[in-house]
Amino acid sequence: MPDLSRPILVAVTALLAVMIVLPMGWLIAYSLSDKQGAATLGNFVTLFTDPSFVDPLITTLIIAVSVSAICCIVAAPLGWLVARTDMPLRRVVRTLVMASLVTPPFVGAIAWEMLAAPNSGLLNQLWRSLAGMPSDEALFDIYSLTGLIFVIACYTFPYVFILVANALDRMPGELEDASSMLGARTWQTARRITVPLALPTLLAGALVAFLQALNLFGSPAILAIPAGFHTLTTRIWSLFQFPPKPELAAAASLPLLLLTILLLRGQALALGRRGYAVLGGKYGEPRLVRLGGWRLPAAALALLVLAMPLFLPYAALFNSAFSRVASRLVTLDTITLHNVRFTFLELSSTLPALKNTFLLATLSATLGAVLALLIAYIVARRAVTGHRVLAFLATAPLAIPGIVLGVGLFLAYTRPPLTLYGTLWILLIAFITIELPAAYQQLSSAFHAVHPELEEAGRMLGASRLRTLADITAPLLRSAVIATWCFVFVAVIRELSAAVILFTSETKVLSVLIFDLKESGDVGAIAVLSLTMVAITTVVVAVANRFGGSREAGRLHARAAG
Amino acid sequence: MIGRRTLLGAAALLPLGAKVVSAAPPAETITPALIEAAKKEGKVSYYTAMDLSVAEPMAKAFEAKFPGIKVAVERTGAERLFNRLAQETASNIKRCDVVNSSDAAHFITWKREGWLQPYVTVDIAENVAPEMRDPDGTFVNQRTHLSAMAFHIGLVKPEDAPKGFNDLLNPKYAGKLVKGHPGYSGTIMTATHQIARELGWGYFEKLAKQKVMQVQSATEPPKKLEAGERAIAVDGSDYLFWMARERGVPIEVVYPVEGTPLISNPMAVFKAAPNPGAARLLFAWIMSGEGQEFLVNLSGQYPANLKVKAKAGRPPLSSIKTLREDPAEVEKMADEIKTKYARIFKV
Repeated sequence: MPDLSRPILVAVTALLAVMIVLPMGWLIAYSLSDKQGAATLGNFVTLFTDPSFVDPLITTLIIAVSVSAICCIVAAPLGWLVARTDMPLRRVVRTLVMASLVTPPFVGAIAWEMLAAPNSGLLNQLWRSLAGMPSDEALFDIYSLTGLIFVIACYTFPYVFILVANALDRMPGELEDASSMLGARTWQTARRITVPLALPTLLAGALVAFLQALNLFGSPAILAIPAGFHTLTTRIWSLFQFPPKPELAAAASLPLLLLTILLLRGQALALGRRGYAVLGGKYGEPRLVRLGGWRLPAAALALLVLAMPLFLPYAALFNSAFSRVASRLVTLDTITLHNVRFTFLELSSTLPALKNTFLLATLSATLGAVLALLIAYIVARRAVTGHRVLAFLATAPLAIPGIVLGVGLFLAYTRPPLTLYGTLWILLIAFITIELPAAYQQLSSAFHAVHPELEEAGRMLGASRLRTLADITAPLLRSAVIATWCFVFVAVIRELSAAVILFTSETKVLSVLIFDLKESGDVGAIAVLSLTMVAITTVVVAVANRFGGSREAGRLHARAAG
Repeated sequence: MIGRRTLLGAAALLPLGAKVVSAAPPAETITPALIEAAKKEGKVSYYTAMDLSVAEPMAKAFEAKFPGIKVAVERTGAERLFNRLAQETASNIKRCDVVNSSDAAHFITWKREGWLQPYVTVDIAENVAPEMRDPDGTFVNQRTHLSAMAFHIGLVKPEDAPKGFNDLLNPKYAGKLVKGHPGYSGTIMTATHQIARELGWGYFEKLAKQKVMQVQSATEPPKKLEAGERAIAVDGSDYLFWMARERGVPIEVVYPVEGTPLISNPMAVFKAAPNPGAARLLFAWIMSGEGQEFLVNLSGQYPANLKVKAKAGRPPLSSIKTLREDPAEVEKMADEIKTKYARIFKV
């Protein structure tokens, strides 16, 4: 059997080019041409002078900076409490923060609408009845810039939290011990030793949060439009209204792309090439700080924080799923299956959307994992010259925001020779491309754990490279592959920002269906579908965690922006 | 039932073509052959802007009447529907069988593009007023509704409620208003054109200062009102206000003193329909007495079929002062309306 690694390298490189280089090429080409296709810089002039673009640009930056700051302020102390103190329930809190990531951000935004819409929001109603305020007074207004920032932060701080908590886990305890032995008090040690050691991670976390907020589409689409403003992503989406203006959409995508690339460079610098600020070598378990009388208040605070992304939104979703009117608390007398019946028996889009979603998630997860495995193998074993190109291409999509990739793929594949628009293929390409970097990173670190000698033995005994891969390497990597598969699956189920540009009526997926229902305000059906989506996701994440992928969850989820 | 069928059957035998002076094809009835062809196809896709609470039950009623044919309802705001169809057609995706939009201007565009299949049923030829249908038989009005105003009785006392558009500019209503968007909704697009023509764009500029909550579809303001999120809906589909009211929601419908925007909802068979038989059958059934009665009984929209009576308990269309609908103008001005609106309301 001839060695196929060379042809595979060529094929994989070509595939990645089709997935990444072509759409980005069209994106740049379109941004530099006018409606007739002649070269122009006019789109960029419009972008930076027309208030209908400049305002969203500024708004987006305000949101990203604020979200980033809030996430650090919340995640750093919470991460420290969980990793470094004897706070009660700290394991539960850690698990729940991770669990809150299961919620797609746009579902979170819809749930917060139910909670904090100024008049009908459940929290505002509660406050009015407690404080005896008249019907016009509201404690919270979710349809505002601050409301949007709050909701985005709710579903972004877990990324920062995971980074911080993991870094604190791995931080050597000896340095802190030395500090306290030399007479420093607990707080002094924290300030002089712990914080400086954790700072690079926190900075990286801040950048992750910034990127997340910058490129998010779902939450702004749900909250910003009723509030009367656009972010850059919703503005790009609005350019696909009739008559579509793809040139402007392409031009407006480029700032997102460039900013993301720059910030990822910054993040790499902050973390160093190794990923975390670990000092290497074997250190003792860090000593837990005794909180003393602060134990209970700390736990209460942690649970209060968790109420924001988790307890309150799910209570609201369950309430509206089983209630005729989302703004009324369901009671035993008013509980109804009307929405469940409507969603699964009447709504004719439900089953096709579920089918498409499952098909795409399964295919993306399978093909994505195989592709990532191949690339990780070729790169890790330096199987052929040119493997660096592969590594670069496999991680490059990290820098492409979902909506930008959506626009690029739309431009590239609504034309011959590959008219993929309107098929599930274009969505498949989008989803695999978006998830490839995370899948590749996870599998590439798994490869480093498998010693090449085992493979060399197989090769010496006459097996081809592929055979070796299948018989020796793959079984050893089983758990990593399964975890990768599950996380791609989950990420695909919740993806909205690329899908919303690329879907057609026949290729609607669950996230797009929810988004369509939002347009007509069918809150009950939205609640039922969202809970269905989260239930599926939770099962798959649980499976993944059984195979030991939870450590990588943060990294993987960092790409799963809605 | 039987009597009507016989009548239809008899009508089909008449040389209708002789009366027709346009390019419209001869009027047809629901024949066993048509039903057979439709059943062979087994499915039909219905693109519409009608609220799901009406469109899905209507689809289920059709499925019950013609077992073996599955209806896929593709519902979104008319302006997004227009965009979706343009993108799908440009990419040679053939999925739409029957299209129904709340922006009548769309049918002018589609007819010019040659996307519509001329198809006339006897119900249309005999029972639909000539001004409600295309002389060339490519589309027909399915039903008429209004873009009304409404208020939540719990949040506004009836004596404090606005009586018309200009009342909405009163500072006491600031922050209490919810409104649909012409970039997404055909109802609102049509209404915006009529209001801008009657009151001028200055009206919208003043309205935008009232801290209006902006939603997308004309089907959403009724839902926001029902939830109690805002006290007053500036616009929205009248039938949904009424349906909520009939469910016991404390809502009062207001027909503005300046006149209420009138919205016709044409329907057509798509020429590229992948299920041409089922498309004709669905189209013919919706325009039949039975289909029209179903729509009227469920939603109380005003039927296009003159044989079908409007819903009891709703104000007759003739008793309401309505604004004139002008699809040809809307077609010319659609882009301008969207751009101006987006500039004024910032979204």
